[in-house]
Amino acid sequence: MKIVIVGCGRVGAKLATDFADEGHQVSVVDLRQTAFRRLPQGFRGQLVLGTGIDEDVLRNAGIQEADVFIAVTENDNTNIMAAQIAQVIYRVPKVILRIYDPERAEIYRELGLTVICPTRTVSEMIEQAVRSHVTSDEVR
Amino acid sequence: MYIIVVGGGKVGYYLTKTLVNEGYEVFLIEKNPVKVQLYRDRFGAIVMQGDGAEVATLAAAGAGRADVVIAVTGDDEDNLVICQVARERFGVRRTIARVNNPKNEELFRRLGIDVTVSQTNVILSLIEQQIPERPFVHLLALRHADLAIVEAKVAEQSPVVHQPIWQLPLPPEAIITAILRRGQVIIPSGQTTIEPGDELIIVTKQEREAELRQLLCAPATA
Repeated sequence: MKIVIVGCGRVGAKLATDFADEGHQVSVVDLRQTAFRRLPQGFRGQLVLGTGIDEDVLRNAGIQEADVFIAVTENDNTNIMAAQIAQVIYRVPKVILRIYDPERAEIYRELGLTVICPTRTVSEMIEQAVRSHVTSDEVR
Repeated sequence: MYIIVVGGGKVGYYLTKTLVNEGYEVFLIEKNPVKVQLYRDRFGAIVMQGDGAEVATLAAAGAGRADVVIAVTGDDEDNLVICQVARERFGVRRTIARVNNPKNEELFRRLGIDVTVSQTNVILSLIEQQIPERPFVHLLALRHADLAIVEAKVAEQSPVVHQPIWQLPLPPEAIITAILRRGQVIIPSGQTTIEPGDELIIVTKQEREAELRQLLCAPATA
């Protein structure tokens, strides 16, 4: 599979590393050259310097042939715009993005994007851990 | 009419000032607290500190009853999301986005933003209209209908000279709506003959522009 990842932070770098190790063709886009330091030595994917909301940059990353597009920069709005370019203009079959703000996450989920909202997911997991702790205490 | 402006840079500031003077009910949202303080001294309580892409901020600004939301921050991604949130969550009927990168105009339109304003393109088109010897000028794009209004100046050598309009091989989706000839405006019929120096005002499908340019301006400028 051809996978384009916008944002080479901790999450982007981990995804790029894992998918490249699995033999997928990976392109990583980031504004800062230093971000690519997060990738391991001998990383086989393509590195593209630039913003993920510029079509020229995305074409350099091979968005036209992409099967999967992932937007995981630190900026919700950048992810939203990049993902919509991938979905609406380039019709990438699978578009996944991260949105921290739960309200915006809901809006774009309704608009048909695959949205991961870490704020909601992580807080639910913590709440769950707290509740099960309380319950196990009560049982004891 | 209630208008919410998001982004208090130079554009947002002067826009708010102008709209207030025109008598509109205006509300300005700006992120930077220092600017907010400054603008409050000038405009009073119609300025709020906040992130206009957040649902809570727009709700506090009364987006539910806004007729228009105008996003004029310096970041295209923010302007896009502000307009989309206003439309999707608050049902704002008219959203206007400033586009900093002219390449984004088409994208924003396809993503449902009603009007985009690209300073780069505005200045470019002003320059094009000011240069007198350009034989073919794009005057206006009518977005929703995919139409354009263009002005073409007919050269001496143009193949259409001295021909009646009905004989011209015009593209099927183009119509000559007016002719400017020696200071007079002529509303043409099929029998009207084209003369050198005529300025033709043509309504055309946008994809036919290149073809028209070729027909009317060749070989003089081809």
